[in-house]
Amino acid sequence: MDKQNWEPKIVAFVCNWCTYTGADLAGTSRLKYPANCKLIRVMCSGSIDPVFILKAFERGADGVLVSGCHPNDCHYNAGNFHARRRWDFFHKLLDFIGIEKGRLQFSWISASEGKKFADVITKVTEDIKAMGQFTSYKKMNSEFTVDFPADLAELEEPVLQESFDKETVK
Amino acid sequence: MKIGVFVCHCGENISSTVDCLRVADLCKSYSGVEYSVDYKYMCSDPGQKLIKEAIHKYDLDAIVVGSCSPHMHERTFRNAAVSAGINPFMVEIANLREHCSWVHDEIEASTRKAIELMRMAIEKVKRDKPLTKINVPVTKRVLVIGGGIAGIQAALDTANAGYEVVLVEKEPSIGGHMSQLSETFPTLDCSQCILTPRMVEVHQHPRIKLMTYSEVERVEGFIGNFKVTIRKKARHINEENCSGCGLCITKCPIKKKAYNSFEEDLAFRPAVYVPFPQAIPNIPVIDETVCTYYKTGKCGMCLKVCDREAIDFGQKDTIHVADVGAIIVATGYKLYNIEKKSEDSIYKGYGEYGYGKYRDILDGLQFERIASASGPTSGEIKRPSDGRVPKKLAFIQCVGSRDDSKGISYCSKICCMYTAKQAMLYRHKVHDGEAYIFYMDIRAGGKMYEEFVRRAIEEDKVKYIRGRVSRIYEENGKYIVKGEDTIAGMPVEIDADMVVLATAMIPQDDAGSLARKIGIPYDKYGFFNEAHPKLRPVESTTAGIFLAGACQSPKDIPESVSMASAAASKAIILFANDTLEREPVVAKVNEDICAGCFYCMKVCPFGAVEVKDVKDMNGIVYKEVAYINQGVCQGCGTCTATCLSKSIELAGFNNEEIFAEIAAL
Repeated sequence: MDKQNWEPKIVAFVCNWCTYTGADLAGTSRLKYPANCKLIRVMCSGSIDPVFILKAFERGADGVLVSGCHPNDCHYNAGNFHARRRWDFFHKLLDFIGIEKGRLQFSWISASEGKKFADVITKVTEDIKAMGQFTSYKKMNSEFTVDFPADLAELEEPVLQESFDKETVK
Repeated sequence: MKIGVFVCHCGENISSTVDCLRVADLCKSYSGVEYSVDYKYMCSDPGQKLIKEAIHKYDLDAIVVGSCSPHMHERTFRNAAVSAGINPFMVEIANLREHCSWVHDEIEASTRKAIELMRMAIEKVKRDKPLTKINVPVTKRVLVIGGGIAGIQAALDTANAGYEVVLVEKEPSIGGHMSQLSETFPTLDCSQCILTPRMVEVHQHPRIKLMTYSEVERVEGFIGNFKVTIRKKARHINEENCSGCGLCITKCPIKKKAYNSFEEDLAFRPAVYVPFPQAIPNIPVIDETVCTYYKTGKCGMCLKVCDREAIDFGQKDTIHVADVGAIIVATGYKLYNIEKKSEDSIYKGYGEYGYGKYRDILDGLQFERIASASGPTSGEIKRPSDGRVPKKLAFIQCVGSRDDSKGISYCSKICCMYTAKQAMLYRHKVHDGEAYIFYMDIRAGGKMYEEFVRRAIEEDKVKYIRGRVSRIYEENGKYIVKGEDTIAGMPVEIDADMVVLATAMIPQDDAGSLARKIGIPYDKYGFFNEAHPKLRPVESTTAGIFLAGACQSPKDIPESVSMASAAASKAIILFANDTLEREPVVAKVNEDICAGCFYCMKVCPFGAVEVKDVKDMNGIVYKEVAYINQGVCQGCGTCTATCLSKSIELAGFNNEEIFAEIAAL
C-alpha cells in the first residue's frame, strides 16, 4: 500500500455505559475526529478478554484502544478495576510477543466526556499513524493459508475493497 | 439465515455525510443479506412499517438497522421486530449517526466507515441467538436513606401507597436541616410548624419502620431484591422503656462540654440529650465521648433519676438486615466549612473572612438558629460574642459557590433567596438596623421568588451591593467588611456588627463512601449522579436506586419535596408488578468444560456465582462447577474475561460475536 495514503485501522473496545455513551455525546455535540477508529461495544470494560485484542491485531488492526468508566464510576461497581489490573499486566507482555506497547492504549472516558472522547480518538489515530503499519501478522497471513470456519472464511473475501473498486470504475 | 438491512437517513442527519443509498446497495452483496433498503426516517411509523413488511415478505430471521445510537432507538426497532414475529435480540443497530455522520466531515471516509459498521453488525447478528427475558420477583418494601424533608416525603408517599418503608437516619432524630430553619422563603412560614406534623406522621405510620441513629453498612443484591445491612448505633437508652420525660437531660451534670450541633455549635448540650424539643423519636442519646460515666465509671445521675430503668450504659450497636426492592437515597447536604483548610483539600476555605476566628461571623445555618424562635437566643437577633443587638449587618453571598479558586464552580441555588429572607427577618426584628448584602448576581428563579427579593429591597430597605468582599477584620468591636461596589465602580467599607456568610451547599462528608456501598456513581464533589440529567433526574444509573433532594445537587425545599415524591412514585411503579422483567444479557456457564477454579466467583461484583454439584446418573457428585444465578447477574461479563477455560459466555456478547465483529472490520 502507498505509504502516503495509508490510513491506520484502529479498533476500540468500549463499555456500554461510559465510553460508548461518551462517544454518543461527541456525536450529539458534533465534535469532529478522524474516521479510522471503529467501536466494538461490550457491556463492561471488565469483560474485554485480552484475546480480543490479539485477535484484532491478527486481523490487521494497526492499533487498539480500550476504554471504560473512570475508576469508582463503573456501572457494575468493580468491573473496571478488574480491567485495569488485567491491562496493566497484559500491557507488560505486549513487547514480549512482538507488538509495540504504544499500539494498545487505554483511557477512562465517562458518559459526560464527549470532548475527551474526540481528543482521545484523535490522539490515538495520530500516535498509530506515527508508528506506521503493523505488518507482522499481515505478512504472515499472506504467506500461509489459514483455515477459518466456513462462515468466517467468507469474510476473508475482500468484498469491501472489491465493491469500492467496482464503484470507482462505474 | 436471512438478514434484512435497513439504512436510515435520519432526515439529513446521516445522509448529509453518508451516502445511504450506496451503503444499502453494498450491503445487498454480503452473504446472508436477503433484503437491503434505505429510508428517510426508519424510526417513524412508515419506517417501522417498512421493516415489519420486509420481515414478512422476505421471511427474515434477523435485522440490522443503521441509524442513531442503540441507546436512542434500539428499543423501538426491537419492538418493531417483535411485532413482526422476530426475537428482539436478533436485532443489531449500527450507530451511523452519533459515531459516524455527526463526527466526520468527509463523505467518502464516513461512507466507508458506515459500511464497515454495517458489516460488523451484520456479522454479529449472524451469530446472535434468540433470548427470552428473565422474570425476577420483587420485594415490595423501600429503604429510604436520610430522614430530612426529602426522605420524610418519600417515606410517607410510598407508605401511603400501601408499601412498607424502612427509614434510616444517622442522627438521633429525623427532620434534617429543615428542622433547623427559622422561617422559609418566599412565604415566611415557620419551618418547624410545617415540618413537625410530617415528622409525627412518619412516626405514627403503621407501615414505616423508623430507624434513627442508624447507618447503612452494606447493600447487596439488585433491583427488586436488595439486602440491606443497617447498623443501629447504641443510644445507651432502652427505647421501649423510655417515655421521653427528659428528666435525665435536665439532671445531667455535664452542661458545657459538648457543643449542640443542632444549634450549629452556638450553644452547649448535656451528655444525654435530644437534638431538639420536637425530636422524633423523643428518645435521648448518651454521648459516650463526654459522659462522665464512660470516663470514670462514676456519676450515673441519669440512671438514678430514671424511674423507668431506661438507661442502659452497656448497650451495644446492633445489626439489622432488611430485604427491600428499591432504595431512595435522600442524604441531603451540609454547608461548606469555610475555615482555612489545608491546601490539598478541594475546598480551600476563606481564611480572609475570619470565620471561626471571630464569633460574630456566622454561616447561613447559624443565623437561622439565631433567628429561630426556638434557637439559643429565642429568636432575638443578638451577637454570639457579647449578646448585643447588631445595628449593622452585612451578608455576603456566594461564599464558596461559583468560585473556582476555592474549589466549587457550581451555584448553590438557595443562597440568594435565603439571604434575602434573613435580611428581611433581621429588618423585621431590628427596626433601626441596617442590612447590606454583597452579591454577584441575584438568581431568584421560582414562583414568587423574584417578588420576594424585590420586597426585601423596596419594603424592607435592604441595601444590595454588587461586588465581592476581599477581607473582613475586627476594629474596635466592629467588623470591617472591605469590598467593591462594581456598579458604582468604587471600593466600599462597612463597619458591621455581625456578618453572615451564605456558604455553599456541599454533599455530606460520607456521601462518597455511601455511594460506593450502595453502588451508585457520584460527581467530583460527591453529589450523586442521576441516570439522565433531563429525562431521568430522580433515578440513579443503578436500577432500583432513586435519588431525592439535595444529595443530587443543591435544592430548595419545594424542589426536594417534588423530587422525593417523584422518587417514591418510581418505587411504586416498580412495585406495580409482582415480577420484574430483566434483559437476558446474563452470563452462563458451560458445565462440561468448567474446571471449577471459581475465579469467576472472586471477581463477580454482585455475588452471582454459586457452586453447583454435578452428579452422575447414580446421583454421586463427581465435580463442582460454577453456576450463575440469572436473577443476580447484571451482565457485566467480568467473569467471561477472567474464566481460564473460557467456559462462561455472556448472552448477546459472547466471544464468537465479538470475534465476528473484529473479523468484519
